[in-house]
Parts: sequence; structure tokens; C-alpha cells
Amino acid sequence: MSSVVGEITPQPAATEIATGARGYWSTVARRLSRDPVSVICAVILAAILASAIFAPWLGLADPYQGSMIRRLRVVGTPHYPLGTDELGRDMLARLIYGGRLSLLTGILPVCLAFITGTSLGIVAGYAGGKINTAVMRTIDVFYAFPSVLLAIAISGALGAGIVNSIVSLTIVFIPQITRVAESVTIAVRNRDFIDAARASGAGPLTIMRVHVLGNVLGPIFVYATGLVSVSMILASGLSFLGLGTRPPEPEWGLMLNTLRTAIYANPVVAALPGAMIFAVSICFNLLSDGLRSAMNIRD
Amino acid sequence: MGTRGHLLEPIVDRGGAAQPLLTVQGLTKHFPVRGGLFTQRKTVRAVDDVSFVVHKGETVGIVGESGCGKSTTARLLMHLIDRDLGDILYDGMAVGADLSLRELRRGMQMVFQDSYASLNPRLTLEDSIAFGPKVHGLADRPARVLARELLDKVGLRPEVFAGRYPHEISGGQRQRVNIARALALSPRLVILDEAVSALDKSVEAQVLNLLAELKREFGLTYIFISHDLDVVRYISDRVLVMYLGEVVELGPVERLWETPAHPYTRALLAAMPSMDPDRRTESAPLAGDPPNPIDPPAACRFHTRCPFAEPICGTVAPRLATLGADGHQVACHLSTPGSGHSRAPSELARKG
Repeated sequence: MSSVVGEITPQPAATEIATGARGYWSTVARRLSRDPVSVICAVILAAILASAIFAPWLGLADPYQGSMIRRLRVVGTPHYPLGTDELGRDMLARLIYGGRLSLLTGILPVCLAFITGTSLGIVAGYAGGKINTAVMRTIDVFYAFPSVLLAIAISGALGAGIVNSIVSLTIVFIPQITRVAESVTIAVRNRDFIDAARASGAGPLTIMRVHVLGNVLGPIFVYATGLVSVSMILASGLSFLGLGTRPPEPEWGLMLNTLRTAIYANPVVAALPGAMIFAVSICFNLLSDGLRSAMNIRD
Repeated sequence: MGTRGHLLEPIVDRGGAAQPLLTVQGLTKHFPVRGGLFTQRKTVRAVDDVSFVVHKGETVGIVGESGCGKSTTARLLMHLIDRDLGDILYDGMAVGADLSLRELRRGMQMVFQDSYASLNPRLTLEDSIAFGPKVHGLADRPARVLARELLDKVGLRPEVFAGRYPHEISGGQRQRVNIARALALSPRLVILDEAVSALDKSVEAQVLNLLAELKREFGLTYIFISHDLDVVRYISDRVLVMYLGEVVELGPVERLWETPAHPYTRALLAAMPSMDPDRRTESAPLAGDPPNPIDPPAACRFHTRCPFAEPICGTVAPRLATLGADGHQVACHLSTPGSGHSRAPSELARKG
């Protein structure tokens, strides 16, 4: 019966050489760097982030120093390139210093929720059965509330303050990230390489760490990047309502709130904090879109 | 036997050559199918009372149509899914009692059909192969050395392939990696579940030759699951024919090909395209699809498609009966003396 296979001599299967071995993440980074929109957004975000971090060394005016005689100067006034607010404080300095708190309340809750939600989602998705039901139905309880309402409710219950608003936003995002993590984990769990790993005698924790995590991190990361803008807007909303940052701290949402009285007197200056929130949000959204398509490699 | 190099020590041979490496007795798996609100819960009888033995050093082929329970049997043997009933003995040891599941995994490995899905796309080939040995306590460095040795053994140059990812190599190369991964734990039994079915014919031949070489070098035992009868005949010593979750015939491969006893085996063999244009396959082998395993036909499950079916076939289930000294067994009233089938051999004739 060797007529079918017997005569074929061992062949040079090994000499066929694919070009350039590359890791998954370096391929994603290379693809992302070819997308002009993503690159522009990344540059803008990096500039805002860097100026917020290094604000004290930029030679700016004191963001807390007001003056009654130079209130609500227009954009372009000498010494006040972006004008002054309703208490005569330099807008440029306040916008840059404001970035510190605003970016913190935008990014930190998402990071915390990313860690917690990913762990919960992977465990629920991989374990299945009763553990899955317990985790996912608990998550559903939180999911039932609109996120703005939930953030206000938790913040209100915990009391005003920057730490409490970060905690409340984290709680708002955990269910959303857990859901995404659970569904991608279930898709990965049904692939043969998970069975192969089980067949090699590995325990569930090892399999989740080595074989599941690397395959689900990408989609969850894209989703979380998109949440940063939502988090910033919610944090600004909390400050606007007096539940987040308190005056006289510069924070974009709070500044938008206090400047709204000046909307007729000096509309351009009053809109500036909103413009910052808008710019950062849209950059994060576009970056997450770019990341999504960069990750969409047929692997 | 070649140099084992950095390989893990295989589990010791306890029973000697006479003891079967694997004994399967009454293996059964029924999957519940969720019915509607008012309909009864049903079950798919994926594997029903399957028994066979695998001797040390042989290759047992399992053939049958899609959905006949071949892959479920493989997963049950690997303990990837839990069986409902039945015993699986590995070298005389019952899993759970005499042999832990973890130890069993070192003694028995599996190669899957889909070479791409069975490799983690985020791990390099080296990492994929080294994973198992590391789970079993080998340190990172020796596990990598072992992975590279195995890449070399399956015909992939380690310096070229160790750092590559699964999407960068061809299907045949991936299946070589899967074989290397299975061998990394020094198993004595390897289950090949349609392991070459997705490959081109020429690549398939290379991988089959590789499997034969590795079997010689490491003294392996194979269970070879396939729907491709040519390939099964080429590689197997004995063959098991499954139909709707049951074993209908088993025996040495040449015996089965020369004198198939079960009408289903005959139909399967007749369905093979003929290599000789002067002897074309003329009769239509089998009509229709296999019946739904949710509600399999009573008694002999093949009687709905069998050209020799008689009333007895729908009422009494045939049992596996031995036909000859070489271990040829068949579950069919046609070959069982005194079964009540009009064509069955008479008991007198058999004795005489």
C-alpha cells in the first residue's frame, strides 16, 4: 500500500525560511506608526501629558493668583495669551495645571478597572459554570444603571473629593471591562491550544496566565483606551456637580462650571476648558480606533 | 532507540510487553441537548459502550464518517472531557486510583487536526514546545534546549524556527511543531486526531513518514484517527470501525481490507475511489446521511442504511463477536451464527 506514500523521500521542509520573526506587539506598534491619524493623536496626547507633568518648570504664571482688576481678559491679551478667568487668574496656567487632575481622573480609574475587570472576566470566562454565573450576574446589577447615574450615586454616597471620584469611576468601569474580558476569554477558551495545554497537565491558573492572558489583552486594551475619554467626561461632570475636585484647584470640568457665568461676557475663554476635554477625548478615541485596526492582524 | 538527550524520563513500563498499553472498557459519553421549554431533554449518544485494547508498540486506526464519535473518543481517552461510564486503564493502571491525571498526561499526548488552532498564536514555537516540560518541573533553560532538540527531530532547523510564531510557518511545518510539542513530555502513547487530514497530499506523506520514524526512534504507540482509509491502511496495524458512536468491526488492517465482515465496513471500502481505471467503483456505496445521533435507530444502528437489513436487525442489537484467531471482531447478525438473520451462517456449519 506504500504506493501512496512510500516512495516520497524526506524533503527539505525545514529550509523554507519565512522572513523576519517578529513578536505580536512589535508588529502592532509598526502598523500603528504607519497610521497618520493615530500618530497625530499620540503626539497631541503626549504633549498635553508632558506639559501637565512638567507644569511647574514651564515658567507659567501662578494658577491660583487672581486679581479683581484683570478679570475675564480676552484671548490674546499681552502677558495672558489665553486670557483670564472670572477671578483674574491666568487661563493658560490653569489649563495646563488643570490637565494634571483631569488626566489623572481620566486615566487612573480606567487603569484600575482594567486590572480588576480583566482578572474577573478571565476567571469567569475560563471557569464557566457557577463561577461565571456568580460573577456575571453581580456585574449585571451594576450594569443595569446608566454609568453617569451610577458615578453620581457612588460619589454622592462616598462624599466629595478627588479620591472618592476616582473610586466611583473605577466601580463604574469594572463591569464594562469584565464583560468584554469574559466574552473574549470564552472565544479563546474554545480553541484547541487550550485543550493542548490542559493535555500537557497544566493547571487552570497556569493556563490563564500563559495561554489566555496574552490572547485577550489586545481587545480589552482597545476597549479600555476608548473608556479614557468617557472617564474624563464623567470626572469633569462630577467636578461640575461639586462631587469631584473643589475650588480653587484647577480642573477642566470644575473650570467649565465656574466659567459658565461668564459665557456671555467672554464666550471664548469660557469654552476653553471644554475644548481641552474635547481634544483629549477625541484623541483617545481616534487612537483606540487606530489601535483596533492595527491589531486586526490575521494571525 | 536513539539518544534521549534532554528529554524527560518516560513513565516506566510496568506490565511488560504482554500487558496492553491502553485498555478501554465500556466507554460511554452522552451529551445532553437542551430542549425547548416544553420538549423533553434529549441526549446525543456520541460514544456508546466502546471497548478496545491498544498493545504496546502498535498503531491502532479508528475510522468512520464525520460525527461517528472518533474525536469524542480521543478527547475521552485524553481526559479532556469526562466520561459518563467505562474504564480506561493505562498500562494496567486506573487513572485517578493508581495513576494521577498529571502523570497520565505525561504518558499520553495528542495531536489535533487544526494545526493552527492548536498552537497559541502569541507564543514562539520554542515556547509552545517548552510549555509542557516546564509544567512538569523542568527549568526554563533545559526546557528550551529540549524544545530545540525536538524541533530538530521533527525536521525543523531550530536556529531558523525556534523564535518564529505559528502564523509565519506553513501548515505542514505547524503540524510538525504540534508533534514536537506532543513528544516533549516523553509520552508512550500518542493520539493523532485527524493529524494529517488538513494537509496537502505531498506534505501529508512527509508527516506520515516522520511519524513512522519517530515511532521507531522513541518506541511509541499510536492511536490514529482518520476518515482517510488509504492513510489508515498505510500506518495502522489494527483498525477499529465506528458507526454512530459504536464499534462495528475491528481487526488487523489487511484482514479487514481483504474480508470486511460488516456491511458498513464494506460500504466504506467500496466508497474509496479506485486507483485502477479498469476497475471503477460502480455501485453506489451508501445512500443518505448517517442518522441523527440524538435519536439513533434501535438495536443495530446501521439497519436503516443496510442493504441486508431484516426485521431482526431492528429488534435485537448485535454484539461484537470474534470471527477468527487474529482478533477480527464484528457486531453484525450476518456473521453471527444462530442470530436469526436468514443469511447468518448456521451453527452446525460453523462447528463443522
